[in-house]
Amino acid sequence: MSSSGESNKKIKALFEKPEINVLIALLVLCIGLSFASPYFLTAKNIVNVLRQFSLIAILAVGQALIIVTGGIDLSVGSVVGFTACFGAAVARWGAPPGITLLSILAMGAVVGLANGMLVTKIGIAPFIATLGMMSIARGFSLLITMGVPIHVDPTWISVFGGGYVGIFPVSVITMLVIVGAGFVLANNTTLGRNVYAVGNSEQAAKFSGIRVDRVKIMVFTITGVLASICGLILIGQLEGADAFYGNGYELDVIAAAVIGGMSLSGGEGNLLGILVGAALMGVLKNAFVLLAVPGYWQVVATGVVIIGAVSLDSLRRKRTAR
Amino acid sequence: MGKNAICRVVDITKFFPGVVALKNVSLDIRKGEIHGIIGENGAGKSTLMNILAGVYQPEEGHIEFDGKTVNFKDPREAQDTGVAMIYQELSLSRSMSVAENIFQGRMLKNKIGLINRKKMFSECRKYLKNLGVDYIDPKILVKNLSVSQMQLVEITKAVHLNSKLLIMDEPTSSLTSGEISFLMKIMRALKNEGVSILFITHKLEEIIEITDRITVLRDGRLIETLNMKDATINQMVSLMVGRDFEKIVHRQFIKDYSNKEVVLEVRDLNYENKVKEASFKLFKGEVLGLTGLVGAGRTELLQCIFGVDRISSGAVLVNDKPVKIKHPADAIKLGMGMIPEGRKEQGMFLKLTVKDNMTMVHLKQLAGRLTFIKKKRQRDIAKKYVDELAIKTPSLEQIAENLSGGNQQKTIIARWIMHEPQIFFLDEPTHGIDVGAKAEIYHFIDDLAKSGVSVILLSSELPEVLTMCDRIMVMHHGEIKGILSHKEADQVKIMKLIIEDKEKSA
Repeated sequence: MSSSGESNKKIKALFEKPEINVLIALLVLCIGLSFASPYFLTAKNIVNVLRQFSLIAILAVGQALIIVTGGIDLSVGSVVGFTACFGAAVARWGAPPGITLLSILAMGAVVGLANGMLVTKIGIAPFIATLGMMSIARGFSLLITMGVPIHVDPTWISVFGGGYVGIFPVSVITMLVIVGAGFVLANNTTLGRNVYAVGNSEQAAKFSGIRVDRVKIMVFTITGVLASICGLILIGQLEGADAFYGNGYELDVIAAAVIGGMSLSGGEGNLLGILVGAALMGVLKNAFVLLAVPGYWQVVATGVVIIGAVSLDSLRRKRTAR
Repeated sequence: MGKNAICRVVDITKFFPGVVALKNVSLDIRKGEIHGIIGENGAGKSTLMNILAGVYQPEEGHIEFDGKTVNFKDPREAQDTGVAMIYQELSLSRSMSVAENIFQGRMLKNKIGLINRKKMFSECRKYLKNLGVDYIDPKILVKNLSVSQMQLVEITKAVHLNSKLLIMDEPTSSLTSGEISFLMKIMRALKNEGVSILFITHKLEEIIEITDRITVLRDGRLIETLNMKDATINQMVSLMVGRDFEKIVHRQFIKDYSNKEVVLEVRDLNYENKVKEASFKLFKGEVLGLTGLVGAGRTELLQCIFGVDRISSGAVLVNDKPVKIKHPADAIKLGMGMIPEGRKEQGMFLKLTVKDNMTMVHLKQLAGRLTFIKKKRQRDIAKKYVDELAIKTPSLEQIAENLSGGNQQKTIIARWIMHEPQIFFLDEPTHGIDVGAKAEIYHFIDDLAKSGVSVILLSSELPEVLTMCDRIMVMHHGEIKGILSHKEADQVKIMKLIIEDKEKSA
């Protein structure tokens, strides 16, 4: 009797985690789709879906860390485009691939660092600081390319975008590694726990000897680097760079994080949830293609899913608050 | 007597999680009287005011207003009935004009439903003139007024609402003496018009000057209601602090300081204008009490030493070596620890687990290479302290929000004790905590001191300070007024250190 009560409690606790509800929704959607379209469960399609949402999931790792501290980063999409254009320019200039790779990552870190400094040292609200950065980074992409896509000849660094290991694209493997690393960082390192502490209460974190500014700068910098990795992947995938790479990604990334259970008020959320959130959006997009529903409906559906996922969560909160 | 009461509080009881905030409190407020409410911090003054103003609802008992039983569901309902509260933190819209504030929610409109500014300004001018404060321009934005002017606007607003009972919570705390006497003049004028005023203050000399009757609260109970004419300061003080504090802990106080080492010395510390020229020494293994009124600069003093705020000038020495502390992280490296005043805001990580909450300070020591946390060590040490401090939690993974106040406080204590601080600051550690947990916390403090840790116990509760502390430091208006040894200290002496200064400065 008591043991069944115990396990009931555990099951109940499991269902109270938002990411589990989203996972169930994802599975239901996948099962439904496998009946609706014979093409859905083919290896080719699955790999395709994975590749489509891999960039969003990579960016969402950084975004989630920022959201846990109570911030937000609107510049991620533009930074993807900017670092890609910057990298393409460096490659065209004749730098060896290794230097190109490092300079892309360094530029991502610099932009992220700048975001972090604006938020902490100047004290601008993250929403505003990164809104400005979003425009600046996009503007520089346009200045670098002058509106004309830059072609980049494939080298070994193109592997990140175009390479395969067996049937799996390297970008998908990169995504899984980064999400895994993000999860470990968040749960098993002092920096990760400090991120959660800051999101819970900056004051309490300060009293506990945590340097709040450093933690925030760190998560913005990590996000900048992740954006540059996405820039790198796009260069490889498309053999070049265009100023509009990553356009609008920030909204998909925030949506993936929110659907995956990150609370915008900060301080809580499971990093693995973002993988589920990104996957749900990816599968949904795939569903519209497979079922030949006009693409415009897809835009509506994305909105419905975001609102639906967050409503479920806040209704649950309201209930437990009583 | 019952006939001319405007408001009767009958048998009110109010619980908060873990504490009884008010217990069977009954009191009459007469028409046109100024009624003072005094008591120590946590005595229940604010709770009582908030119940009268409709912010809280009592668990038991009721309120009669103007002969009718009322049950205020929210402040708006209380206002409509005739009770207005003037909060310590004023509740004006800072970027709106004086007139807009006074007519807040009841703005005057013209025929087509737009706001009639002209009429509002002229009406407002009339109200301000009635109170004799027509030097305030109705058109000016509130944020451009001084604090005392803002208060007058609040009062004007309340009077305009035809309030019959005005509740003023520490209205003088941020006013100069000139502004205070002007405020008192207005209070007397209102009284003559038949408005009743409930006046909360820490400053006993103001109570003496203006009130007709006073009510003393202590530990959520009404101790006595007196006519001001018959009351003396000594009587009020002893009623406020009570004589029957049960000694839960019997400490062995330090009698001989001659060969005690100094672990912390503060010289001429200044912080903005909140702490002035503070100098003191803290000895190894002692419990130094720090008391005074709220706003005396006690918390600021400790937070400066701990690196939360940056000191303006002065020196801090740890083990005779001058140190620069720019952040709590520096203080922690020097062996300090601090339990802050606001448990929920400054202490707890409410959405994190008990385990995370306990290990946040000690985390670096629990991590190995690449700062990976050794999960087993973390679990083991958290488990050890949950057992040692008898923290009541279903598991280490419980979200901290769900613990009671006492257990949350013990979680924070565990966070520090496992890091073994040598100098430990506790800012109101027993505030809002039930008696059982209080006793446990006193025992921890005693054990810490015995093991050689030096403690500064900041507390507004004099009995607590007197039972726990080897020496007692009294602060007032940012200055250290004196340090009494346990032997010479008693409640009246401490209170006098505070009050005598008042008389001097007045």
